[in-house]
Amino acid sequence: MDTMRDRLAPVVTRLLQEDPRVAVVLAEIGKDGFAEALRRYPDRVINVGIREQLLVGAAAGMALTGLRPVVHTFASFLVERPFEQVKLDFGHQGAGAVLVSAAASYDWPAGGYTHMAPGDVALLDTLDGWTVHVPGHPDEAETLLRHAVAAGDDTVYVRLSVQSNAQARQVDGERFLTVREGRGGVVVAVGPLLDAVLEATEGLDATVLYATTVRPFDGEALRRATRTGGTDVVLVEPYLAGTSTAAASDALAHVPHRVLGLGVGRAELRRYGTVEQHTAAHGLDAASLRQRISGFFQQGAAGA
Amino acid sequence: MTTTDALGRAYGYADLPRLMGLMTGDEKHGPAATSTLDVLWVLYDRVLRVDPGRPDAPERDRFLLSKGHGPMAYYAVLAAKGFLPVDWLPGFGSYDSPLGHHPDRTLIPGVEISSGSLGHGLPIAVGTALGLRAQGLHRPRVWVLIGDAELDEGSNHEAIAFAGPAGLERLHTVVVDNASAVHARPGGIAARFEAAGWSAVTVDGRDHEKLYAAFTAAHPGRPHVVVARVEPKDA
Repeated sequence: MDTMRDRLAPVVTRLLQEDPRVAVVLAEIGKDGFAEALRRYPDRVINVGIREQLLVGAAAGMALTGLRPVVHTFASFLVERPFEQVKLDFGHQGAGAVLVSAAASYDWPAGGYTHMAPGDVALLDTLDGWTVHVPGHPDEAETLLRHAVAAGDDTVYVRLSVQSNAQARQVDGERFLTVREGRGGVVVAVGPLLDAVLEATEGLDATVLYATTVRPFDGEALRRATRTGGTDVVLVEPYLAGTSTAAASDALAHVPHRVLGLGVGRAELRRYGTVEQHTAAHGLDAASLRQRISGFFQQGAAGA
Repeated sequence: MTTTDALGRAYGYADLPRLMGLMTGDEKHGPAATSTLDVLWVLYDRVLRVDPGRPDAPERDRFLLSKGHGPMAYYAVLAAKGFLPVDWLPGFGSYDSPLGHHPDRTLIPGVEISSGSLGHGLPIAVGTALGLRAQGLHRPRVWVLIGDAELDEGSNHEAIAFAGPAGLERLHTVVVDNASAVHARPGGIAARFEAAGWSAVTVDGRDHEKLYAAFTAAHPGRPHVVVARVEPKDA
């Protein structure tokens, strides 16, 4: 199967053709995919070289002239390295853009910690107004990229990953989907972790929601799910564990509830290897998830 | 030259100390507060094609004040030129005033960027020049004002190194040099830009004719920097 990132340049190249407002800003990384677009739209597809502060600042300047820039590089160099530019050059200026990252939390484990960005969504959570899409399949990535570019002058982050579910779902760029219904707890699976969550909760009496747009957080969907599924909630996120715990708690502030936030651990593993090995090390493989989720639900049932 | 505001009052260069005094409470200002004053006046009076009646016109020149510290001279010039009412000036820095100690573009007509954190204006100016070019808007010129100490910020060097080879002819930078950078070499500013392929002129930042000549010098195919030297900050 191709990856989400394989879809990026073809989709955005079509958008460049459809909409004269669309522009692309790169900092070397990803330029090969955009080679044809660079030739066809030399004024709207800009590679600034290995300069990530300029990547973000220039995109903001383009937005201030009325364009809709799509800005792409690895998550660590898109959100973390130029974070103050992200904070000031978009939000504070009142300018919008679509930031599309690759490499996610540990897509290239052999590359080590310098190319891992498990904290990207948590960092964006310190800012106001960002929409965050976390597709779980290349087809969903296409859909969400189109939503992101079409979202006026909003600030939107699209987090692409080589990790993927086997099948795409009908995502709408806004709402959580109900994938399974049960009465003994609610699990929110984010993006590429859905398959592992479904395997982990097979046979458990639990509701599974699927989230590919995590900001704004679909609190209404969570509240609705807890009415029949109960107020024990597990969040399974492919970035820093607990990133959405506060959002889930806010959504359930009116009722007693328990929330367990699972995701990528803070501690640096200092290991290379494969994606599967890192998934297991962070306890995000199906077997580990089953143990942690069922343990949390049993604990809640025993307490009640 | 003088201009007339919406109420028919005319303001010239000689009025600027009084307008600044409405913010600072004193018509006497030291070199630090006025380091940008002559540059700003010559730009707004003779160079920039901007219209306070149409501050969002697509064809306008863009002036980006990157050095957002000490914006009293900027606000005084904007008030003299009719972009903001003179009666906003006394509220400078207060809770209900749109005029902060660093400017906010969403609060003040004619202000192109919010600044204060150093090193953001030049990269945004690069993007502004790219964005205008991509839309076939070849008439507007983009100007960004930075300080010599602001050049310490590495983000500027990303922008300088890109804009020269990219041939961003519509991009102009004015560096107000009051010798406030802690580590600097004489002539280093112009040399830095020239090394990246910019057209560069260094002039007396208090001499209006020389500033005007430097601002309007031809620089085909290249971005242009004017280094405007004023009194050393610590002199």
